[in-house]
Amino acid sequence: MDVVIAGIGQTSVGEHWHVSLRELAFQAIEAARVDAGGLLPQALFVGNMLAPKVSGQAHLGVLIADFAGLRGIEAYTIEAAGASGGAALRAGYLAVKSGFVDVALVVGVEKLTDKVGPEVESAIATSLDSDYEAVQGVTPLAQAAMIMRRYFYEYEVPQNALAGFPVTAHANGVGNSHAMFRKALKPGLYERVGMLSEPLNMFDAAPDADGAAAVLLTRAELIPPDASPTPVRIAGSSIATDTLSLHDRPDPLDFRAARISVGQACHQAGIVIGEMDFFELCDIYSVYAALSLEAAGLAERGQGWVLAEEGQISLKGRIPISTLGGVKARGNPWGATGVYQVVEAVQQLRGEAGVNQVPAAEKALVQCLGGPASTAVTHVLTAL
Amino acid sequence: MEIPRHWRLKKQRYALVGEVCPHCEAKIFPPRDVCPECGDEAKTLFEFSGRGEVYSYTTLHNAPAGYQAYAPYTVALVKLEEGPMVTAQLTDIDNQPVEVGMPVEMVTRKLRAEGDDDRGMLVYGYKFRPMELQPLAAAD
Amino acid sequence: MTDKSTDNLLLKPSRPVGIVGYGAYVPRYRLPASEISRIWTGGTGGVPIQEKSVPGPDEDTATMSIEAARNALARAGIDPEEIRAVWVGSESHPYAVKPTSTVVAEALGIVPFTQAGDWEFACKAGTEAMVAAMGFVGSEMAEYALAIGMDTAQGRPGDALEYTASAGGAAFLIGPAEESVAVIESTLSYVTDTPDFFRREYQKYPEHGQRFTGEPAYFKHITSAAQAYLDATDTVAEDYQYAVFHQPNTKFPGRVAAQLGFSQEQIAPGLLVPVIGNTYSGAAIIGLTAILDVAQPGDQVLMVSFGSGAGSDAFGIRVTERLLERRDLAPQTQAYIARRTEIDYATYTRMRGKLVLK
Repeated sequence: MDVVIAGIGQTSVGEHWHVSLRELAFQAIEAARVDAGGLLPQALFVGNMLAPKVSGQAHLGVLIADFAGLRGIEAYTIEAAGASGGAALRAGYLAVKSGFVDVALVVGVEKLTDKVGPEVESAIATSLDSDYEAVQGVTPLAQAAMIMRRYFYEYEVPQNALAGFPVTAHANGVGNSHAMFRKALKPGLYERVGMLSEPLNMFDAAPDADGAAAVLLTRAELIPPDASPTPVRIAGSSIATDTLSLHDRPDPLDFRAARISVGQACHQAGIVIGEMDFFELCDIYSVYAALSLEAAGLAERGQGWVLAEEGQISLKGRIPISTLGGVKARGNPWGATGVYQVVEAVQQLRGEAGVNQVPAAEKALVQCLGGPASTAVTHVLTAL
Repeated sequence: MEIPRHWRLKKQRYALVGEVCPHCEAKIFPPRDVCPECGDEAKTLFEFSGRGEVYSYTTLHNAPAGYQAYAPYTVALVKLEEGPMVTAQLTDIDNQPVEVGMPVEMVTRKLRAEGDDDRGMLVYGYKFRPMELQPLAAAD
Repeated sequence: MTDKSTDNLLLKPSRPVGIVGYGAYVPRYRLPASEISRIWTGGTGGVPIQEKSVPGPDEDTATMSIEAARNALARAGIDPEEIRAVWVGSESHPYAVKPTSTVVAEALGIVPFTQAGDWEFACKAGTEAMVAAMGFVGSEMAEYALAIGMDTAQGRPGDALEYTASAGGAAFLIGPAEESVAVIESTLSYVTDTPDFFRREYQKYPEHGQRFTGEPAYFKHITSAAQAYLDATDTVAEDYQYAVFHQPNTKFPGRVAAQLGFSQEQIAPGLLVPVIGNTYSGAAIIGLTAILDVAQPGDQVLMVSFGSGAGSDAFGIRVTERLLERRDLAPQTQAYIARRTEIDYATYTRMRGKLVLK
């Protein structure tokens, strides 16, 4: 029995000061339901990371179901830090796949611009090990900077070697009307921009922003044969975890959970990694993009950056990534990111990606990460 | 305020007290009661020497709430000489260059105040500094 | 009162005691006196010292005490659980209510079966704790007691005290004489109610008692305690290789030494105030750790502290053979002094919390 994505919806990513958390989620849900031709969900899975800290709001399942006119249905939040959206999709997938639910609604939503500065930093840092990482004043960004420094040290990577990741993401963001940044990076700008946390510069990190994205899942046989748009099949689904704390890993440059979940998702789909037409990965920090490519087996250890340098990750390259801007240019609504990635992959597989269309895209690998691949959620999507 | 959670971690925080596995001798920090090496139960306390080296590091400018007074500050992954790695701030470094592989030693310092900077409980814990104050001799 | 013979004034434990381990601590930052002068006097006028030590933003009396005590324990080489008292003397305890000493005891693994308490007597809180430790061990109530004097002193911006009020101190593990690197042969205290210097509750900076600091306070108490001690022990300045007197500035200890017949050579190794400032509760005793770092077996040391309010404790200390085998087991006092980062007045105001942030 195949689980398919019957509808997608998303809001633009940015600072939505005039829109509340529930309204944001509702906008994405409405768009997905319209897209799916009015399928009525029996269950709602909400991907969210920060609402309890930033909005003082837990219990999002009922909040959003109620607000979206779905009062009474099964609804709850799935939280796995930056992988919350992907984990919510996984929950929706399992619900439909098990046969308990005919139509599942998955929404990823993050509303974090109601606070700024140190409070947001500490909210985001709750994804770390609070007793042994966050207590030292460490944030996910600082952790990425430490990984980046070690990456450069261990593999003797040339300076600015990661520039290709934000450059590609920003180039692709131009064509995505929902993206936060829609301007290509000027040549040479990466090399000149200020440091956020050395050696990680302003273009090595995705911007935090508000956003919501939604998908409707159902069984293939419940969709009329002539349905438009064409449904996209979830051919593989996997979540794997590593240690929560980076310091507990034998090799912090090995995104082990990412590697395992890619292997499992590909195995389930019966598709080898080399056959993927594109890869929506977690480029929240450019070094994570490199490590994700390596974990997926698309590059040797320490060589992920070469794919960017050689242009193999661009839309017409060997393995396009961040095809609609990625986390970097689309923006990072933390718990919603995993759902945005799937929405964008569906746009590609339907052939609706416009100027960003990956030619003949039929097989997509989609992966989101919680922390430095402490949680990795990978899905394989295929055009039916 | 989170007084109980800081209180119950004080031995680890103040003096790097972890565990040693009675089965395979692996040294464990933070303590986790199940040996990550052999999977057996490990609850024997072990105080780490506090010596180690920098595995990686960075300097934070955008500090989370409660840490702004210390920013910018440097954090590191420190590989302890007994094996485990810890995440910790580096202190007493000023403008000295930090390098991967630099030897460091543990000191007990203020991490933050709980709640209000002036009124809240002080949270003390381990940080690391460059190993520059060496005794001239070692104990037998 | 007046008919006490000096013989009876000596405090001498029934069981001989001494310093089993000692450790110093000085934070790494230094504020040159010329920087303070630049801000407040336009660089004119003399300065009382060359520079003072300043604690880092993550340091306080508890953290500094922990490091000094770790050094003392490294030299002593004993099991922390054998220590039955942790006493920290300071006028800058991090809390008004909640002991510094329990934090130190916990960090060093001395808990739970131990005395723990904080002492306050301006600049002689540390030596007061030492005398108590001598009594505790000397009475055989305990084998070991840890006495610490440590401060992160603050002077009002622009005040004369700002030039000298600094941070640092020392820890002494007091134990049986036969295990000691230096035997404390006896001690004696001289105390009166003298309002030379004080800080009321809830006040950040101390006040001077008009012009009481010098003659009626510092000189009167130190010389009285020292002279009484010399008389009681039937010793003279020449019997001591070294002497250390509380050092609030460079001038005072030199003058008091001369008054008592001590040469500048005798006080030189312990005279640290020109380069680290007045460490308050730590001032006399960090002079002692610097002396122990260079002394030879058989050397006699006279230490006299002073605390405003006011009083002085005098100690006669004899170095043993054991010092030679223990002293290199922890960093020397001069190593801490050599570890130096100069800061400017702006950095100092930030590090010492003198900038109003809210």
